Amino acid sequence: MPATPALETRELTIRFGGHVAVNAVSCAFHPGTLTAIVGPNGAGKTTYFNLISGQLKATSGQVLLHGQDVTGLTASARTKRGMGRAFQLTNLFPNLTVMENVRLAVQSRAGAGMQLLQLWSHRGDLIDKADSLLASVKLLDKRNAMAGALPHGDQRKLEVALLLALEPDVFMFDEPTAGMSVDEVPTVLELIHQIKARGDKTVLLVEHKMDVVRSLADRIIVLHNGTLVADGEPATVIASPIVQEAYLGISPEAAA
Amino acid sequence: MLPANPLHSLLSGDYPRSRVLAATLFIILVCLAFAPFLFPGSQPINVAAKICVFVILVASYDLLLGYTGIVSFAHTMFYGIGGYGVAIAMYNFSPTWSAMGIGVVAALILSMALALVIGLFSLRVRAIFFAMITLAVASAFAILASQLNEITGGEDGRSYRIPEMLRPGFRLFDEPVLGVMINGRILTYYLIFFSALILFLLALRVVNSPFGRVLQAIRENDFRAEALGYRVLVYRSIANCLSAGMATLAGVLMAIWLRYTGPDTTLSFAIMIDILLMVVIGGMGTLYGAVLGATIFILAQNYLQVLMGELSDALAAAGIPLLPALFHADRWLLWLGILFVLSVYFFPVGIVGKLRQLRS
Repeated sequence: MPATPALETRELTIRFGGHVAVNAVSCAFHPGTLTAIVGPNGAGKTTYFNLISGQLKATSGQVLLHGQDVTGLTASARTKRGMGRAFQLTNLFPNLTVMENVRLAVQSRAGAGMQLLQLWSHRGDLIDKADSLLASVKLLDKRNAMAGALPHGDQRKLEVALLLALEPDVFMFDEPTAGMSVDEVPTVLELIHQIKARGDKTVLLVEHKMDVVRSLADRIIVLHNGTLVADGEPATVIASPIVQEAYLGISPEAAA
Repeated sequence: MLPANPLHSLLSGDYPRSRVLAATLFIILVCLAFAPFLFPGSQPINVAAKICVFVILVASYDLLLGYTGIVSFAHTMFYGIGGYGVAIAMYNFSPTWSAMGIGVVAALILSMALALVIGLFSLRVRAIFFAMITLAVASAFAILASQLNEITGGEDGRSYRIPEMLRPGFRLFDEPVLGVMINGRILTYYLIFFSALILFLLALRVVNSPFGRVLQAIRENDFRAEALGYRVLVYRSIANCLSAGMATLAGVLMAIWLRYTGPDTTLSFAIMIDILLMVVIGGMGTLYGAVLGATIFILAQNYLQVLMGELSDALAAAGIPLLPALFHADRWLLWLGILFVLSVYFFPVGIVGKLRQLRS
């Protein structure tokens, strides 16, 4: 394994009043790996993601990206440094077209947002890029529809396309297949698989479906009440009593 | 790449996208372009000049409200700074182009600096807070302008002379052109018309640039725009400054036209309300809505009273009871109000939005 992890959290903690939502989570994520983050609802998975990508400010602890402390940086600055995030609740630009949504992400990556006097439509390179991303999530035929008018499954695919457009080093997927119909899921899973197969990207995946986790993850970490309670190979972690109890809701006695 | 079509470049690819809208805009453009020849007399050209100025003022506000999703109540302040910039320079120095230039540049710098400071202090927090701050700053500025007698002329404002070429006494040609004597007043009108046209096309370019799409993204979902790597505060601040600068230039044009600047013509809250109504009636986030909103509003403001007076007289002559009183010229504000309520009720997306919906 390389010496510097792509992403690392050290004693990462956030308190909301008296409630500790994420409690001193230390974990390192290396390039070429896909880590699934599991835990029951309210375990702090999404909050942990929000702390990493900068939507929330940590009470204490650090986030390191490529070995550099980014704890004090804004979400946009972290994105510029190679972090990419897809959201659990669909979080798009509803009154812009599907194409415009992706194009905005492509444009951010290309650093072209500050062009005031150039025509939006004259950047053919950015449009082609956006189109090829739309093709990869099978949304090209809906490129001129308003994002807000898409069915839920298509919105999730668009969400993934926005993340792909950012070409990050660290991909963070928050339940990418939630609410998708059965025939749409493989498209997204195949894309995640391709990212992982490139070998230089770091993927974090919050996912409830255990079959998805088993098929994609190299490693599973388990959060429970904001605390990291298990970390290891998928088979070992899934079989561990703490996961059987905390996550699958089976008491150790029953499992045994 | 798209073909190099001059109209496409001028309109930045943002066509009216409705035949009725395109025709209406074309009629407005022709009427404004030839106003001195089509509608002789001082009243019509006055209305035409006011429409030109308000198209710019409303378009600049739409850049904030319609495109970026920022609610500001300080727009008249920037408009006023433009007016006072010209007024103070003309009054204290001399009625020359260079003095005017100094006034305009100083006003632009002050406006944009103020917009930047207000923005940096309050745009990072919730939208309602920014709206409140702008309201407070604008009120303070209006009070300041009416108190600083020595500089602004206080409540009375300032009357001043403008460069020779723009005065009514100036004649460009000895003979009339198309039956109209081209005097300084008409030259002033064309200065305003072409400035407004250029500024409008420039605004159209900005909203259709990569930058403009980021503004729309921020309006739609600022949280996600930030997550995509856009520094929302920076974009909002730039939009705020651009909008303020454009409003300032509108104020400059109005000051040149009126040859007078006072609190009532620039800083009053009534103008702020008018701007809001024009944006909403025309259609937020369309820019063309600014043209329609400003034209309809100002025409109604200037001619509704006259029309109603005539209607009332005709009804009275026909011997119909009650109606003459209802349509009496003094009731024009009531009817203006009713027209606005109806237009907002029936066209919640504005006239432009409605026309575009009809087409699709």
